[in-house]
Amino acid sequence: MNFDYAPAPESASIVDIRPSYGLFVDGEFTDPAEGRSFKTVNPATEEVLAEVAEAGAEDVNRAVAAARAAYDNVWGPMPGRERAKYLYRIARLIQERSRELAVLESIDNGKPIRESRDVDLPLVAAHFFYHAGWADKLAYAGFGPDPRPLGVAAQVIPWNFPLLMLAWKIAPALACGNTVVLKPAETTPLTALVFAEICQQADLPKGVVNIVTGAGETGRLLVEHDGVDKVAFTGSTEVGKQIARSVAGTRKKLTLELGGKAANVVFDDAPLDQAVEGVVNGIFFNQGHVCCAGSRLLVQESIAEELLDRLKARMATLRVGDPLDKNTDIGAINSAAQLEKIRMLSEIGEREGARRWSPPCELPQRGYWFAPTLFTGVAQSHRIAREEIFGPVLSVLTFRTPDEAVAKANNTPYGLSAGIWTEKGSRILWMAERLRAGVVWANTFNKFDPTSPFGGYKESGFGREGGRHGLEAYLNV
Amino acid sequence: MSTKAERGRLAVRKTYKLFIGGAFPRSESGRTYPVNDAKGRFLANVSQASRKDARDAVSAARKAFGGWSGRTPYNRGQILYRVAEMLEGRHAQFVDELRAAGLGRNAASDEVDAAVDRWVWYAGWADKLAAVAGSANPVAGPFFNVSTPEPTGVVAVVAPDSPLLGLVSVIAPVIVSGNTCVVVASEPAPLPAVTLAEVLATSDLPGGVVNILTGRRAELAPWLASHRDVNALDLAGIPADEAGPLEEAAAGNLKRVLRPAAVDWTADPGIGRMTAFQETKTVWHPVGV
Repeated sequence: MNFDYAPAPESASIVDIRPSYGLFVDGEFTDPAEGRSFKTVNPATEEVLAEVAEAGAEDVNRAVAAARAAYDNVWGPMPGRERAKYLYRIARLIQERSRELAVLESIDNGKPIRESRDVDLPLVAAHFFYHAGWADKLAYAGFGPDPRPLGVAAQVIPWNFPLLMLAWKIAPALACGNTVVLKPAETTPLTALVFAEICQQADLPKGVVNIVTGAGETGRLLVEHDGVDKVAFTGSTEVGKQIARSVAGTRKKLTLELGGKAANVVFDDAPLDQAVEGVVNGIFFNQGHVCCAGSRLLVQESIAEELLDRLKARMATLRVGDPLDKNTDIGAINSAAQLEKIRMLSEIGEREGARRWSPPCELPQRGYWFAPTLFTGVAQSHRIAREEIFGPVLSVLTFRTPDEAVAKANNTPYGLSAGIWTEKGSRILWMAERLRAGVVWANTFNKFDPTSPFGGYKESGFGREGGRHGLEAYLNV
Repeated sequence: MSTKAERGRLAVRKTYKLFIGGAFPRSESGRTYPVNDAKGRFLANVSQASRKDARDAVSAARKAFGGWSGRTPYNRGQILYRVAEMLEGRHAQFVDELRAAGLGRNAASDEVDAAVDRWVWYAGWADKLAAVAGSANPVAGPFFNVSTPEPTGVVAVVAPDSPLLGLVSVIAPVIVSGNTCVVVASEPAPLPAVTLAEVLATSDLPGGVVNILTGRRAELAPWLASHRDVNALDLAGIPADEAGPLEEAAAGNLKRVLRPAAVDWTADPGIGRMTAFQETKTVWHPVGV
């Protein structure tokens, strides 16, 4: 009997990718002043999807000026209940166009359609809904009777959850009364440009949202611009530190959501099958391109062998391939550069003495792919235990006592997230008190909700996104 | 209510009925009472609900409570926002009904605008109230301790005479947190309440979450106040000097009572009408290996 999966591709006919895209400034798509552009590629096929404008200094000036004018004349003075209604409109438009956006996200980013459709897009819409409701309730958020916006926000987002990170940035900024200039990542600009169209459909006043595409230089111009009052960045810790240096001594308020090297701690009394699912979700969700990924598995020694057997059996069932196939578990690595980084760190893992294992796994000929990978015999000193790989690579370490688990889990400059697997509630809370991480998941992993604050300790950044706490990043408090 | 007849076509008039469990029954008593416009002209015969109708409405509200309070706050927020969308679509009809009740054209339009915005305001509270009204409590010991608001149950609401803005301002805060309710509409101006019921019936709101009775307040309020399966009572539409006996009846099963007060329905409502119908649940759990 053959239980192979037949291909179940989602139709791409729902998206209409234009050959080229301009910058979205002051409510209109415009050509960049210097006429430069770059290509965005489908990482599953290496085909060029579109030419996208590259914003230079003049374009960034124009975008910041548009955002300033919109802030001074329209969005800043507008009553919260009117801002709320714009955000509700945007939320509804996202819901209405969610399948189109999901397919486009999978094409541009490489993530499985099952994730873009069932995780990213519902969370995007929910984030706008949630923050729409705050726009006229800021007096109740715990920051005083009349908290004020900051002004113009410069926002730079990564490629791993392109539209979701846009939502995390734009929704709270607008709800609090700021205007924004946002730069999407250079490998995943397309859904942000559809979002610009959605702003037009919502009749959002011009200049409230501006989207400038480009690479690192565009981002630098934006965050260093004198005309911005707030900088919000999600991305690597390295770039985050550069940004922190560049805004030092200015009036700009800064929030950073950076890298992570989360420990997923499995105790001997954990429900093992459930833990295996959580570990797999923790590291292989979104190809491991997740800042809060559970990239270090800390398993109690007495159950390590059994857990690893079950984990390997489960990994062997993961389907790697076409992101648009509804059965795909692991899609394409987002770019050649990221694939190279994952390969390099994995090779270093082997060289340093860890044991590498992957299930038999046929990868497509074209595109950027990496098989789900497990390292055992990992020491805390190994680079694969210390550095963020940002790929489907899990490093397994063991521990004997809860104290040792805490010490190992916290032995990292990062502090974004952590996982705990045990049937004992008091131990969950004991661990949670000791883990130096901004989000702690117990008997679950990679859960997100607009009502729940997200963000890191230590070098994973500062500031929170989501929930009542997330509003603070965009208020003058 | 339409004046299309003046243009040569006879309008089809609506039968104004009760709203119980998602359906539109007439009063089991067979009674109606005439409602006139501000100039004394006949508008409609409105159902005059009986004690039995009130009890049926409480049953429907109780039946709906488990499902409605079990929805995620996000889902309740989505549904309430849908109600606002449907309200907006009935804008003209509400304006007609408010004008018949005596408001000028602009005042009527402003009131409908305010009612839609009020509904949107409350919709946004569904997934925020717990963050504002709840707390993590730093008890002096190795315990995790958290307090969260929960809906109290079935709320009987005697609506004020502000026939649309006042009405939505007493219904939305009750249901947004997961309560279900039985509402006695404004006695002199009940027509917008029945139209609101039609909005609710087409907004994905589960049947029984809101039940609307038209009739005599003085007849219905005592039965609701003494009903053993009602958990709370909002006396917004009762004159202050008539609240005492109802509060006394409510004491029979210790209903939470929101007393009548002079309210400017156009002002920022605050969160009091939501928290009035919330219980606070505190959970303790030990911390330790």
